[in-house]
Amino acid sequence: MTATNKAGTAKPPLLETRELMIKFGGVTAANNVSMQIEAGRNLAIIGPNGAGKTTFLNICTGWIKPRSGKVFLEGEDITPLPPRKIVRRGVARAFQIPQLFTEHTALENLLISAAAREGLRNPLQNLHNIRQRDEMMHLLDLVHCTDVADRVVVELSEGQRKLIDIAVALALKPRLLLMDEPTSGVASSQKHEVMEILVGALAEAGVTSVFVEHDMGIVARHADEVAVWNAGNVQLRGTPQEILEHPDVIRDVIGEEVA
Amino acid sequence: MSDISRHTTARGDVKSGGMPSLRALLTLLAVLLLAAVPFIAPSMQLLINLALAKGIAVLGVTVLLRAGQVSFGHALFFGISAYAGAFLMASLPGADLILVLIAGVLGAALSGLLVGLFVVRYRGIFFGMLNLAFSMIFWSILEKFYHVTGGADGIRLPRPTVLGMALERSGFEAVIFYLSIALMVGLGWFTLRWFASPVGQIFQTIKTNETRLEYLGLSPKRVLLSGYLLSAILCGVGGSLMAMTQGVVTPEYVWWVRSAEMVFIAVLGGAGSVRGAFIGALIYEIVRVYASAYAGDIWQMLLGAFLLVIILFAPKGIMGIADGLIHRGGKRRATTAEEAR
Repeated sequence: MTATNKAGTAKPPLLETRELMIKFGGVTAANNVSMQIEAGRNLAIIGPNGAGKTTFLNICTGWIKPRSGKVFLEGEDITPLPPRKIVRRGVARAFQIPQLFTEHTALENLLISAAAREGLRNPLQNLHNIRQRDEMMHLLDLVHCTDVADRVVVELSEGQRKLIDIAVALALKPRLLLMDEPTSGVASSQKHEVMEILVGALAEAGVTSVFVEHDMGIVARHADEVAVWNAGNVQLRGTPQEILEHPDVIRDVIGEEVA
Repeated sequence: MSDISRHTTARGDVKSGGMPSLRALLTLLAVLLLAAVPFIAPSMQLLINLALAKGIAVLGVTVLLRAGQVSFGHALFFGISAYAGAFLMASLPGADLILVLIAGVLGAALSGLLVGLFVVRYRGIFFGMLNLAFSMIFWSILEKFYHVTGGADGIRLPRPTVLGMALERSGFEAVIFYLSIALMVGLGWFTLRWFASPVGQIFQTIKTNETRLEYLGLSPKRVLLSGYLLSAILCGVGGSLMAMTQGVVTPEYVWWVRSAEMVFIAVLGGAGSVRGAFIGALIYEIVRVYASAYAGDIWQMLLGAFLLVIILFAPKGIMGIADGLIHRGGKRRATTAEEAR
């Protein structure tokens, strides 16, 4: 479905991939992947291990280049761009293993992100005194991490690191956030709580999200839409209810997760 | 590589932990003591001046250590700056000291940019060795093109004028001495501020996570280049001061031992510490001069043993020991105040 703007012209989807292909050795990680991601939704990507879910995120953010096919961001071809240029166009990324500055505190990680976003260059200004400090404190509050603001990242729990990693990405004020297993490594009792916080923060920031997830409970509760990956391509796409009750998904994905 | 740089911390200067006023007071006292050297120990003036020049260059190496990178060729910028000053004096006799300094810094900055554009693609051992390679190429040029560079004998750097005045030797030495102290304070302060600034903090993340840096929309190479340029300029200032202090520049300025010496001093003082760069340089020069006078051929062995002890028992260098003492002193005072209440 393609949205139309006020002028009546077709508005391109936020992110679109066309016929992405990539192989690693004999394994096809992306096999003719064509899909569109519309703005304002939380799309979950599910599928068995090795199906090409993370590869899809890596291609969309420019970390790896497809052998063929293209990636478009609101109609602009971003396929040849390096990650940093794609980030500057409004696509942020959170990782399965949080990618943080481990010698800095949680707040400093966010302040550095804000400084990068604003292109702060004054060599005599202290990082802690930048104008965006309050905004970053609010972001920490959104992800319920205010109490660990001054703790060095290595001292934080995995769940807190996950949230800080996402907050660092949100500090860039992205239009689209791609997350790889945002609740992996988080204690199962806390997964829903973490996701509640996360979805709330995304909604407040008005960010479209795509997240890879293995926990079907999380998918059922927090995704607006689900795409099922298999053998490097999108096998099915629909609402969480449609997808999670689909016999193929029960057999190939949910069965494997349970096993 | 990382063994040397692992003890540096990105956070130390953002929010300096504990007793900053005591540290500032001790720093002020040390600077005043240095400024009094021509009056209380005139025989030490030249030695201290050489240590200050070296300390500013070591500060350049310290900057890179904050990003987890060790350069074994930073004497290149030390030497280029010194030769730039010497060539300027040869072509423009009676040039002003400030011009010599500017020529040296420009030479170091330009070469820092050119070499930097290439070496920032590499990390760790490759970064260190490529820097070494560039410095040795320049050393060979200085040795072989003797009709231009004076070969192994080097070039004399006649005494420049100071604000248009031709000074006597002692007057000029005093000017260079106090200029060195002023530059130590100014550049040390600037480097501390730079470390704590957004751009300095971003530079230091090279050490911990370049993937995230890229995903913040920044180029790690460009980020490293910014610090590399600063480090080259600092080495350039040190080289220029050294050349004017000694009055002669030789290929020894860029010899690999000089580069290794800078790393040695940086680790001795406290890898990544601004104050450590100068304290390390002062201790190194004093030990070097007196040990070579009294311990003959074994002074290098003594220095080596000293460094081993530092790495094994005080990995944060002399500044780490000093900070420990300051903290302990602070805690004791706090406890006494608590008891007195």
